[in-house]
Amino acid sequence: MKTEVAPAPVLPAPVSTGARSGSRWMDRLFRLLCLAGALAVGVLLALVLWQLLKGSRLSLHEFGWKFFTGRIWNPVTEQFGALPFVFGTLISSLIALLIAVPLGVGTAIYLTDLAPMRLRQPLTSLIEMLAAVPSVVWGLWGLFVLMPILRATFYPLLQKWFGFLPLFQGPIYGIGLLTAGVILAIMTLPIITSISREVLRSVPNLQREAAYALGATRWEVTRIAVLSYARRGLFGAAVLGLGRAIGETMAVTMVIGNTPFIGASLFHPASTLASGIANEFTEATGDIYLSSLFELGLVLLGVTILVNILAQIMVRAFTTAETRRVA
Amino acid sequence: MIVTSTNHRFRKFKSLAMNGLCVVCAFLVILPLAVILFYLIQKGASSLNLAFFTGVPKPAGSVGGGMGNAIVGTLELLVLASCVGVPVGVLGGIYLSEYGGERLNSWIRFWADVLNGVPSIVWGMVAYALVVLPMKGFSAWAGGLALGFIMVPLVLRTTEEVLVLVPRSYREAALALGLPQWKTIVRIVLPTALRGIITGILLAMGRVAGETAPLLFTAFGNSNWNRHLAEPIAALPLQIFSYAIAPYDDWNRQAWAGALVLVALTFCLSLGVRLFSRGRFQKNT
Amino acid sequence: MNLTMTPEEIKTAPGRNVEQPKAAASKPENRTAPAPGAAAARPFSALSVKNLSVFFAKNQVLKSVSIEIQAQAVTAIIGPSGCGKSTFLRALNRMHELIPTARVEGDIRLFGQDIYGKDVEPVIVRRRVGMVFQKSNPFPTMSIGENVTVGLRLNGVRNRAMLMEQTEKSLRMAALWDEVKDRLNAPAVSLSGGQQQRLCIARALAVQPEVLLMDEPASALDPLATSKIEDLIRELKKDYTIVIVTHNMQQAARASDHTAFFYMGELVEFGATPQIFTAPKEKRTEDYVTGRFG
Repeated sequence: MKTEVAPAPVLPAPVSTGARSGSRWMDRLFRLLCLAGALAVGVLLALVLWQLLKGSRLSLHEFGWKFFTGRIWNPVTEQFGALPFVFGTLISSLIALLIAVPLGVGTAIYLTDLAPMRLRQPLTSLIEMLAAVPSVVWGLWGLFVLMPILRATFYPLLQKWFGFLPLFQGPIYGIGLLTAGVILAIMTLPIITSISREVLRSVPNLQREAAYALGATRWEVTRIAVLSYARRGLFGAAVLGLGRAIGETMAVTMVIGNTPFIGASLFHPASTLASGIANEFTEATGDIYLSSLFELGLVLLGVTILVNILAQIMVRAFTTAETRRVA
Repeated sequence: MIVTSTNHRFRKFKSLAMNGLCVVCAFLVILPLAVILFYLIQKGASSLNLAFFTGVPKPAGSVGGGMGNAIVGTLELLVLASCVGVPVGVLGGIYLSEYGGERLNSWIRFWADVLNGVPSIVWGMVAYALVVLPMKGFSAWAGGLALGFIMVPLVLRTTEEVLVLVPRSYREAALALGLPQWKTIVRIVLPTALRGIITGILLAMGRVAGETAPLLFTAFGNSNWNRHLAEPIAALPLQIFSYAIAPYDDWNRQAWAGALVLVALTFCLSLGVRLFSRGRFQKNT
Repeated sequence: MNLTMTPEEIKTAPGRNVEQPKAAASKPENRTAPAPGAAAARPFSALSVKNLSVFFAKNQVLKSVSIEIQAQAVTAIIGPSGCGKSTFLRALNRMHELIPTARVEGDIRLFGQDIYGKDVEPVIVRRRVGMVFQKSNPFPTMSIGENVTVGLRLNGVRNRAMLMEQTEKSLRMAALWDEVKDRLNAPAVSLSGGQQQRLCIARALAVQPEVLLMDEPASALDPLATSKIEDLIRELKKDYTIVIVTHNMQQAARASDHTAFFYMGELVEFGATPQIFTAPKEKRTEDYVTGRFG
């Protein structure tokens, strides 16, 4: 950290007692203002919970618990059940994690232990650039480039080789759960990689040296001294990625097909909580329809907050334990 | 019993194989970036002309028109969002850094990080309930508010992180000279950290510039120029979205161009700034 | 030139407990070992260091060090901070190579075999030359027993009975067996600092190294634990060659047979411990051991 000389402070004029008590008043005011800013965090949290609860009051009252187990979402008959959206969210996020976690952890290993020193910063910056690509751009590319390629080449192969599994049966539309999962994987790679990298970096070097001194090969050192040591933190990174995947809206909306669906085929179009809201909010006619969408939002919020709390606890617990130990 | 390494060759091979796999992983992670930049330029660059930047959308099905209103709309929304996000976030960051007990502060930090994980569409719903419903219409105010909500925890955390780096001795010297605490912060600490704070703000702006979901039912989009803030307003990500899912080829083509402009905008905000400030405040090594 | 010793070679290595001296009639050619049985009587070089220089980028940390480390004895390396003693130790099992800018010139031979030879792999050297660190570093996700056997399992030993036997043997050698024998499955981090260090010693011993390097092994321990470690070293030297770096001169005087004094990257003096401490030949050595600097 480089420090630079502070700009010359502007000294106040010699104070009289009057001005001094004035500045004490200013001190208090300023402190209050800043406190208000900090407490805004709590205010925002309360606000979002309150507004969503308020908005979904009607549908909570109407459907009760059946909302969460209901499989039918029919605006015409005003039957609203959230299960298809929960299903779509879960499956697409799971697919995303299955792809992104191994890739992300592998890349993190490369960046912390294997890559030449000169490459590490540039590669890290490239991954940050990946995180800066907006969701709608991924959706655009997914819809016009990735989906046609997958539909033409990869999916038929999957069906040919693994068609005995119900996962890969059924007509191949192109848009659907699997494509959404792949796009989500690409979008969660940056966060999983960068958190994993932080976690692996905080493993003390002394552990690696212990393994080297026993005559372990480079991979064995990574396996014994780094990965198993860091597994809690890595799990936290995966959960953070899950939290990100659950909340992703635009890219998913553009490639998932927006059809409430529960079933085994990964090629089938589906809907997630976020994509359902995005798709239908502006067309919601009728109070109960809108209220049900708010309730979907409530479910989405609840799940995301829970997952994020879990992830924050895990990653914090791991990295602060390490910095404390080193210090 | 004697220890001789009979499996040495196998271990060596396994080490090389697994390490090779990690290199492949790194390659696969970087690959999408190259791919998307390639496609953006290939499909979008040719559509970038003066008309694109200054025109407005033509009716569905006809060729031509532009996204001028969307680009300006995004900028307007960024300004509105900053009016909410910057004051609240910076003041809150100052509190965490300069005042506050350890316990309260760690709670606030924790919940700010959790807030950062709230899906952006949810903020859109909040802004809908708070602004659109009472106003009985979509507006730039609503869109700006939704984006502002997203900016608050971002700016708060980055401001705090930068302020904490200012050496303690600066504050102590100022206080010892008789400056009251608020003046110490405003005249000494903040100016020292100013570049870092601005970096954090620009980063947050880069993040919200690319957000579409919260604008879907707040700003809503507009096929013409926005005349006053109580009207619906076009935004670049919104326009890209509606053009992309539409069945008109010309609109699809323009969606790519819009995406290229959007990515250029977010990259500049998110990264150019970070590179610019890296020399002064090395937060990450 | 292979660096893995066959069972015959290890049995006949000088300094090992040789049960049937007569059975070691056949010996490999490239060894300069005297006839077994006579090994205990004649001093013999385990590590032969000639003109060792170590550079980190442009910075030369060790300047042309030459020294003969005797087998079945304890050699202490002393000197003020920054004199290069840890660097020297790490050059002996090629651990300095973990730092990308490190470069080595010179010759180090382990029982006659060049450890820096062209086809010699660090992994093999490190199995034959073990190391114990200043701060104990057992693997926290493994139990006590797993920590001891990790080196063996890496080398492909799967037989449960063999692993148990080696676990007990190594823990006994490290004077830890009695304290942990009924809780081998407990996590390694549940032990005290001194116990953890002895566990690390047991872990290093389990792979049956020929030389044991110890980098200030007791500096993080209380006096009681320290004296246990020193007793341990005295026991171990019957079977192993030990090189110990220490900043504690009294410890060097208590525990070692030979002492080398390093200063500013050079080996200033090397000799029998009593001589170094009572009648040093060099002025710099005398100044250091009498506490005039350092």
